[in-house]
Amino acid sequence: MPKDTGIGASTRRREDVRFLKGKGQYTDDIPPAHDQAAAVFARSTVANGVIKSIDTSVAESMPGVLAVFTGADFADVGGNPAGWLINSRDGEPMKEPKRPVLAHGKVRHVGDAYAAVIAETEKQARDAVEAIEADIEELPAIMDVKAALTSDNFVHDEIGTNQCFDWGWIEDNRRATDDAIKGAAHVTTLELVNNRLVPNAMEPRCSMASYKESSDEYTLHTTSQNPHLTRLLISAFVMGIPENKLTVIAPDVGGGFGSKIYHYGEEALVLAAAKRVGRTVKWTSDRTEAFLTDAHGRDHVTTIELATDAEGNFLAFRTETYANVGAYLSNFATATPTFLHGTLMAGNYTVPNVYVNVKAVFTNTAPVDAYRGAGRPEATYSLERVIDKCARELGMDPIALRRKNFIKPDQYPFASAAGLEYDSGNYDALMDKMEEVADVAGFAERRKASEAKGLLRGFGVNAYVEACGIAPSNLVGVLGSRVGLYDAATVRVNATGNLSVMVGAHSHGQGHETVFPQIVADMLGIDAQSIDIVHGDTSKIPFGMGTYGSRSLAVCGSAVVRATEKIIAKAKKIAGHMLEAAETDIELKDGQFSVVGTNKGVSFGEVALKAYIPHNFPIEDIEPGLEETAFYDPANFTFPSGAYCCEVEVDPDTGKVRVDRMTAVDDFGNVMNPMIVTGQVHGGLGQGIGQALLEAARYNEDGQLESASYMDYAMPRADDLPFYIVDHSQGTPCTHNPLGAKGCGEAGAIGSPPTVVNAVIDALQSGGKNVTHIDMPLTPHRVWSAMNNA
Amino acid sequence: MTKVEMTVNGKQVSRDVEGQTLLVSMLREDLRLTGTHVGCDTSQCGACVVHVNGKSVKACTMFAIEADGADIKTIEGMAGSDGSLSVIQSAFQEHHGLQCGFCTPGMVMTAANLLKDNPKPTEAEVRHHLQGNICRCTGYHNIVKAIMAASGQDVSAIAAE
Amino acid sequence: MYAFDIERPTTVAEAVNALKTDEAQPLGGGQTLIPTLKARLAAPSKLVSLSAIAEMIGISREGSTIRIGGATTHGQVATELAESYPALGYLASKIGDPAVRNRGTIGGSVANNDPAACYPAACLASGATITTNTRDIAADDFFLGMFETALEEDEIVTAVTFPVPQKADYQKFEQPASRFPLVGVFVAKHDDGVRVAVTGASESGVFRWTEAEEALSADFSAGALDGLSVDADGMITDLHGDGAYRAHLIKVLTGRAVTASR
Repeated sequence: MPKDTGIGASTRRREDVRFLKGKGQYTDDIPPAHDQAAAVFARSTVANGVIKSIDTSVAESMPGVLAVFTGADFADVGGNPAGWLINSRDGEPMKEPKRPVLAHGKVRHVGDAYAAVIAETEKQARDAVEAIEADIEELPAIMDVKAALTSDNFVHDEIGTNQCFDWGWIEDNRRATDDAIKGAAHVTTLELVNNRLVPNAMEPRCSMASYKESSDEYTLHTTSQNPHLTRLLISAFVMGIPENKLTVIAPDVGGGFGSKIYHYGEEALVLAAAKRVGRTVKWTSDRTEAFLTDAHGRDHVTTIELATDAEGNFLAFRTETYANVGAYLSNFATATPTFLHGTLMAGNYTVPNVYVNVKAVFTNTAPVDAYRGAGRPEATYSLERVIDKCARELGMDPIALRRKNFIKPDQYPFASAAGLEYDSGNYDALMDKMEEVADVAGFAERRKASEAKGLLRGFGVNAYVEACGIAPSNLVGVLGSRVGLYDAATVRVNATGNLSVMVGAHSHGQGHETVFPQIVADMLGIDAQSIDIVHGDTSKIPFGMGTYGSRSLAVCGSAVVRATEKIIAKAKKIAGHMLEAAETDIELKDGQFSVVGTNKGVSFGEVALKAYIPHNFPIEDIEPGLEETAFYDPANFTFPSGAYCCEVEVDPDTGKVRVDRMTAVDDFGNVMNPMIVTGQVHGGLGQGIGQALLEAARYNEDGQLESASYMDYAMPRADDLPFYIVDHSQGTPCTHNPLGAKGCGEAGAIGSPPTVVNAVIDALQSGGKNVTHIDMPLTPHRVWSAMNNA
Repeated sequence: MTKVEMTVNGKQVSRDVEGQTLLVSMLREDLRLTGTHVGCDTSQCGACVVHVNGKSVKACTMFAIEADGADIKTIEGMAGSDGSLSVIQSAFQEHHGLQCGFCTPGMVMTAANLLKDNPKPTEAEVRHHLQGNICRCTGYHNIVKAIMAASGQDVSAIAAE
Repeated sequence: MYAFDIERPTTVAEAVNALKTDEAQPLGGGQTLIPTLKARLAAPSKLVSLSAIAEMIGISREGSTIRIGGATTHGQVATELAESYPALGYLASKIGDPAVRNRGTIGGSVANNDPAACYPAACLASGATITTNTRDIAADDFFLGMFETALEEDEIVTAVTFPVPQKADYQKFEQPASRFPLVGVFVAKHDDGVRVAVTGASESGVFRWTEAEEALSADFSAGALDGLSVDADGMITDLHGDGAYRAHLIKVLTGRAVTASR
């Protein structure tokens, strides 16, 4: 019986009401301050250039203009830091060129901001930006990752190279992996591109700052997935504003997918501007700016080899990847292709040897960083495509080949050859369930029906495992992270018995305002409606690292549990006093504290009131009040896994691919709200199918982004996608967090791209076309060309 | 400056606007009806859809002056006067048809227009009608389901949860 | 956007007069012009809205032709032509999206002559007549090249008149991002022969595939196209497909249009 309330219930979302009524408050919706002013940026139209001079004199004198900033204004201010130090194979630390608030000396990608105008109105600021005369000497653009490594045209002259790092994982395993490949009966090789994507959250970025001179305090409203992290970065690294003088508030945020994790120069600029002009200063991105300057995702060029014995047992995976980091290092840019990618290169398999090499390369493109999946889609794509190719070469069924090499349920915890310890899983059960709910057995009939209509039909399947719920601070610290990855919650019981739960996570669509109360209500046995979530405001919440990497439930949710456990412990003490019993004799059930084995009890509400009106209260033993905070640092990543399959129809005359069926069977451990979890998978599938068939951020050789609007960047629409078949009944609980929950936010985007490509290859092969690979996106043109060149 | 008069969510309003003032700017900035959102600059994303004389229109691709004398309805006018959610709004909540909420006003307005002209649309008709509304969060599954449910059709068999 | 005034005349004569101002531009549905203005790619002093000119709105059947007022929306065409000229109604129903169709007009589309617009193909294949405030222009003489038409300055499209063919069909293969035709083919069989108009494909804009017209006039079946091909030279190559692909699609879509014609 599905539950109505509490953990495991598909409780409808309370935040929906304001969104459906148009009463959400996104940053651009905030009513203008009485002193509101606008910021507009001057952005480079060339990809690589030396700034010879910037003449702002005309701009400064134009109507309504309050100030004009250039890179020179920030020369003494810190750069936007890289959050994770990666060492190259030779032991050298990675290159960390400065990422200034405004470009100074050079512009390094189309869209790189080199000046900003603050004016009374946005139109006046825009008019003044047009009057800025910048003399920029254009240089050849550095665009190709391989050519960049041998070029002496540098994105950052001061480091004398375009290579950020050359990383190996695990370096000690390289020899054994090479040997395993050399001696193997069969080696499958695949060269593939993981296509660059633009996240395109529907809400464009927006930042608004104000400065209060009387107290020397700043307030920044900004579209962020993690206000505390943003505050820390601005304070400690960039502007030097003390944390206790800077409040960062992320109100309702319209999607992020990673792109709103990072600190961006626009945030620092509006803060500096607010102080200089003494006004509230707001900048709102338009969609073109979003295309040019929001951190892009993916952009790997990879060669992967899979060595097997004659029976198809996996002996080794070896990969070499060129990872484009763009013109500047975004905050997590160095972690995404390394510790969120290479560590997954053993996949769901018992393979004994894995070696991953990643060369991170600077180019004159927008910075690249984590985007839904962040490194794990790249790993899964490489693995599951080469396994598919191997199955064809060996004449083995793609499901059978995978099952043969799966980690078995009795092998957990499992130390993978790529350095992670998976806590739990059952990949065969997932595959069994997938075969059932996807009606794999019926594929042959459906293929006949498609062929009767003149269409080719293909079946694609793969598994995945990923590491999320990031992350154990000690572990990531050892691996180079410069931040911890815990989270925090404060549970505040009010005197009248309702609760405020302040959380460090920040929902931008994930439903925290509904799910966290479900958990607390379940633990306390009270009505979830009496629990309110507070998030997004650094002046109100404990320090949390925010929402990304499918961590809000596993990490922040665990903090909520721990804080609630502390509440229960104290409440039992108070109840024990009220009931004149030892606290060890007090049990909590359905919101009632009672003495075990008796009818004597007090309600949660009575305990709350007592805590705040502590008459006849043992203050020597218990403090008044009922408010507890917990910081939760996870012991490990969580390891969701899945078995995905899809069926596509391909029109051989046009190359057009249509996804007819898409099935996702995932292990998310214990599920808190099935409806929300399913919604997360749906969204990930939409983005994964988008990557596989539609989306590509394309720069030309001069560094111009040719796909800089929805006219050329194909966003998935409703008629590009089918209804999905989703199942998460085969959960194996996470063994190390109190919820037993594994992260679910990114799974759909991780598991689905190889599923779709595998299916298209299968369709083409069924039509007699010997096509073994096509790079994403599989546009009609690419598919048709591959068919006609086969 | 030109004076424009129109009815917005049943109320008469009168404003002075410039020639280039877009309807969406007038709604968001002058009338403080911020439920209508701006998501793109090529008139494709649909976050700004409102009803002008009963027909869905992208408020970012129409000038306020062109709406002079018109009857405008925005997302803020969709709920009942007692605050209760409309049938479409309720269906979106029931079927988890929104996540971040940014595309949602446009989706609801477009859906309302669809169901007025086509009371029992098929899945294909719903998907086709949403060509001008982009969502990044939901993968559209629950949006389509919600719209079909709002039309009174049984969605239990159509798509697994 | 830069600043400008907007006037809303209610007659053609008023509109023509308003356009005499320096740097004045006509505004149809605005679905193409407004994004252009937002990007600051144009700086008119004044826009003259045509959407309030009653004499330019409406559809009428006149014998074997259909006359569509220049300010008539795609949505209205889609609804009203479903029976009388289904292929044209279908074409209109596939332009943009529902909200775009409630504003975009045939006059605006035809006057702009985007090389990937749908209406120019319908006009050419139907042998339509474009009526302006000063004259009538045959479709064959109207579309001169990419974004180029025979319109003089201060000339506005007041109506487009379509001869209704015996049978016709429009096949649109969408560019996945813009949803404009990557290639669009309009086939129309008239008493005096077949016309095949292609949009989205050529660097010179909409054109007639005369070789196919000859073959189909003799034998109106997809098989009549066997052995014919379109030269990839002069076909558009962009992010979404090269010239060879577009040339290939022209043939595929023409065959499908012939088979589906009604």
